[in-house]
Order: sequence, then structure tokens, then C-alpha cells
Amino acid sequence: MEALWLSIRLAGCVAVSLLLAGMPLAYWLSQTKWRGKFLVESVVALPLVLPPTVLGFYLLVAMGANGPLGKLWTRWFGHTLAFTFTGLVLASILYSLPFAVQPLVLAFESVDQRLLDAAAILGASRWRAFRQILLPLSVPGIITAVVLSFAHTLGEFGVVLMVGGNIPGITRTVSIDIYDHVQSLDYAAANRMAIALLLISFAVLSTIFAVNRRVWSPWPTK
Amino acid sequence: MTAATSTPGARFDVRLRYKRPGAASDSFELSVDFQLDPGITILFGPSGAGKSTLLDCIAGLLKPPVARIALDNDLLQDSEAPIFLPPQRRRLAYLFQAPALFPHLTVQENVAFGLHHLQEESRDNAVQNLLEAFRVDRLAHRKSSQISGGEAQRVALARALAPSPRAVLLDEPLKGLDAELRSSIVDDLRAWNRARQVPILYVTHQRDEVDALGERVLALDRGLIIAQGAPHTVLDAPRKKRLAYAAGFENHLSALVQDVRESDGVMRARLAGTETDIEVPLGYATVGTRIHVAIRAGDILLATRRPEGLSARNVLSGVIDSLEINGPTVICRVNAGAMFLVHVTRGAQRALELAPGHSVWLVIKTHSCHLVDE
Repeated sequence: MEALWLSIRLAGCVAVSLLLAGMPLAYWLSQTKWRGKFLVESVVALPLVLPPTVLGFYLLVAMGANGPLGKLWTRWFGHTLAFTFTGLVLASILYSLPFAVQPLVLAFESVDQRLLDAAAILGASRWRAFRQILLPLSVPGIITAVVLSFAHTLGEFGVVLMVGGNIPGITRTVSIDIYDHVQSLDYAAANRMAIALLLISFAVLSTIFAVNRRVWSPWPTK
Repeated sequence: MTAATSTPGARFDVRLRYKRPGAASDSFELSVDFQLDPGITILFGPSGAGKSTLLDCIAGLLKPPVARIALDNDLLQDSEAPIFLPPQRRRLAYLFQAPALFPHLTVQENVAFGLHHLQEESRDNAVQNLLEAFRVDRLAHRKSSQISGGEAQRVALARALAPSPRAVLLDEPLKGLDAELRSSIVDDLRAWNRARQVPILYVTHQRDEVDALGERVLALDRGLIIAQGAPHTVLDAPRKKRLAYAAGFENHLSALVQDVRESDGVMRARLAGTETDIEVPLGYATVGTRIHVAIRAGDILLATRRPEGLSARNVLSGVIDSLEINGPTVICRVNAGAMFLVHVTRGAQRALELAPGHSVWLVIKTHSCHLVDE
């Protein structure tokens, strides 16, 4: 159960960080008229199409003792980033980025622009309009973003294996734990973990679909 | 800021040029220069004339590259300085076509939104006064998504006027409401403005609203102000072909004057490219002059047999080219030498069994033919 607890902690950290980082990014994407916007959108969506091992490989290189990020980290904190919990959080943030940003962009874009125009004419600053109009009207999308980034991080395997390795209590997450049990032919242990993950994932998804059927559902709305 | 401190009688100067970025190359540029005095001025023009774009520019939601917009001596934008006040700092009211109420807030909270800067007590008072002035005080605690369209537009008006704006922009705000409701809302707006005397720019493309509201009309077409003045002088004597469109003339015919009968006050003119003559009101024209005639599609009668014993002087025979159903109206294209557009009701279409290829007669009164300058 150590692995499950670690996975939940990791997913929680990632979901919160992604909400904080994803909100300004999604707001910018939903408002900007910049022509190069599609480039940013592509970068955000990359983890959707890249094999996790590709992302994990480059992150490992960057975080390693000789990588740019690793060097900086070592200078500040005295140890490398790879094979640590923090490294895992950073990697997972990138890996789950589209799962947070896309529902947020969708939610922000579906708020009628005329409401924001009205707020501006009534004297509200952009920040006030964001807090009092855009945010409350985007609540379903925000919930979706948090839940999806949590669930997606919970189930990741490739990136964790590349960047985190397999250190019990530090980087050994549920999916890696299951893989280990299967390798050592301990199917009963693997099954316990797998069922826990299955139930959690089901609970998470049924939460989103219950909260709203509009944003980010693979099922038709009617 | 209360109403008492705003300068009554401020004059609104608007001069700007704007072309929507990325618009098709054949699309027009908005280019206007006009003044608004205190009170209601109607901005009238057909759909796509640039009315909403103009309001967006004045409100600061769009930034025209060339503009000087000022309330008395207070500059909202001056592209030469350059000065550009964002919408937040213009202190204007702008009511869109849709009420655009904040759906997660109550009616009261919506109206209070623009009074953020006031102390709670004076804010509550101001909100209460406005809700009463626009007859929606009984809705104060309802969610704004749970009120009717007419109520929503009243609340939107109260919300827009709450911060004591220096000028008011209204973009077809009463579209879709019935005439009685519209005039009662306008009366409340006039009452609100009696003490304040701010300029109000009221956009519409509905002729009946112009007649009901009109003090002064600006006619906008394809981005240009093509006429201004009192409603009947601007709209009843359309001097420009495009304005005739605006005033609801669907038919534009070119004709050559054949005969001038001054004692009867009429002329006979031959439709260009046809052998058909029509009788039109007397105008400044002599025999041989080319004139342009505008006729409303709703002013033409259709008959399936040649009518007799009518006072109408123009009875033309033609063939139905096509029919198009548009809401309660059926638009008939009738080829009577020239192509005419005629509006009939769907009931009339059924009763007369109108269909493409059928022969019909067009009946047009002389005074339904309006002379238009090209």
C-alpha cells in the first residue's frame, strides 16, 4: 500500500500544481489573438501523442547530473533531480499538462465574450472579471481539469519508470509496483493493486461525468 | 460619482475609421464623423451596415487605427496623441442586443456590479432606486438566468446605467420584444435621462422604432453616414439608393421618363429594358430623364386574374420566377419585364396557389413608387 499512497500523493501534488500553472496558460490561450498560438497549443498537446518513454527520456537527460535542469538543481539544492519525488512531480506536470489545460481552455472559451465585455464597460479590471465572472462560470471545466490530471498522473508508467526509477517509498508508484509483482509472478499482489487502481479510476471518471456532461466527455451530450 | 456631478448636456464627438482585420478585401471600411447632442439619436441602417462595429469602437472594445472620440473636451481616444482609454475608464453605458446578464449572479448583484467602488449602504440604495426606476425591484433576489427576456433587458439597462455613464450606447436592445413593452422601456429610459441629459445613441434597423423614438436620425450604410436629420426627412424621401434599402425598399428600378403630367402630379416612365410603363409621382424630371424608383415589396399586391375597377394606376402582368419562405412572409420574385420582389403572407400564397411559372398581376399605387437619386 506504500506504492498506492505514493501515487495518490504524487497525483495530488500534480493536480494542484497543474491547476495553478494551467489556469494562466489556459486564460492566455483562450484570450490571445496571436497568430502563433497554434504552436503553443501543439507543445501543450505533445504529451498526448508522444510515447511516454520519449518524454521520459528527454526529461531524464535534462534532469541528470549533466543536464541543464539537473545542473541548476544541483547548484541550488545539492543533489540531482532525477530519481527524486520532486523530479517525478515535475515530469508528471509536463506529462499531464494537456489534461488540465484543454478542459480549462474549453471552459474559458465557452463563456460568452459579451459577459466579459459587459464587465469591462462596467469598470471591472481584467483580474476582477476573471475572478468574478470567468472563474465562477468555468467551475465544471475546472473540476474536470483537476480530476483528469489527477487520474492521468495516477496511471502513468513510462515517464515514471524513466525519470523516477523504482525506489520504494520515493518513486515506486502503483503502476510500477504492479509491473514488479507481475515480473516476480506474484499475481495476487498485482491483482490487489490493479483492482485498487481500477476502482479509483472509475470513481474519478464517474465524478466528472456526473458533474458535467459538456466538457471533455467522450460521450455525446444528448 | 452621482448623477448630480455629471455634466448635463455633454456633446459626444465621434470621428473614426475602422476596417475589421482579416475581413474580405471587398468588405467596406467604417468611416464616420458625427456629433451627438444630449437626448436620443437613432443610428439606423440595414444589417451589416457596420452599426455594432461602430458601437464597439466607441466603447473601446475595438481599437480603430484612426479615431478621435471625445465627450466635450474629455478625450476617450485620439489616435494622433496617441490616447486610448480602455473600456473600463470610459464611463459609458453599452447595452448589447442580448442582455448579457451574469447568469450566476442575482438581479441585484448584476445591477450592483458597476458600483463596486461605492460603500455598501450607498450601493444598496443606488441599486434599489434603479430597480424601481426600471420596474424590476420585485425580481431583485432572482437568479438572472431565471427571468423573462423583457425583464432581462430591463435589468441589463439598469445595470448599464448604474455607474452614471456619461453617454449611452444601445445596440438594438429591444429586438424581439413587443411594441408595448418596447415603448414602456424607452419611456423609462427617457425618464432616467431627463435630469441627466446625456447623449444616447440608439441603434435599430426597424423602421417602426425610428418613428416611435425619433428625434434625430443618423443613417449608416456600408460604413458611411449617408443621411442625418429628422426621421421623416431622412427615411421618407430616400435620396440614396442604398438608403432606400435601409428604409425597407426591396425593389429598385431604373426608368426613363416618357410623359410629365404636372396637373395630375404624376409622370409616366418606361422601365429600363422593357416595354412596360409605370406611373410615378411627379419629380424634378423632364421627358427623357433617367429616374430611379424604389418600391417596398410589401406595397405591391398580387392578383391571379387581371383586376378591374381599382384606384391603383399600375397593373403589370408577370410570371412568378421563384418563391422563398421567410418566417411568416413569402418572398415572390416576379418577372414583369423587370424583376420585382413581392411580399405576401403564407396564407395568401396558399389561397392563391402561387407557384413558380404561374402568371400573376402586380398592382402598385402611384405613391408607393418613390423616386430615388442614384
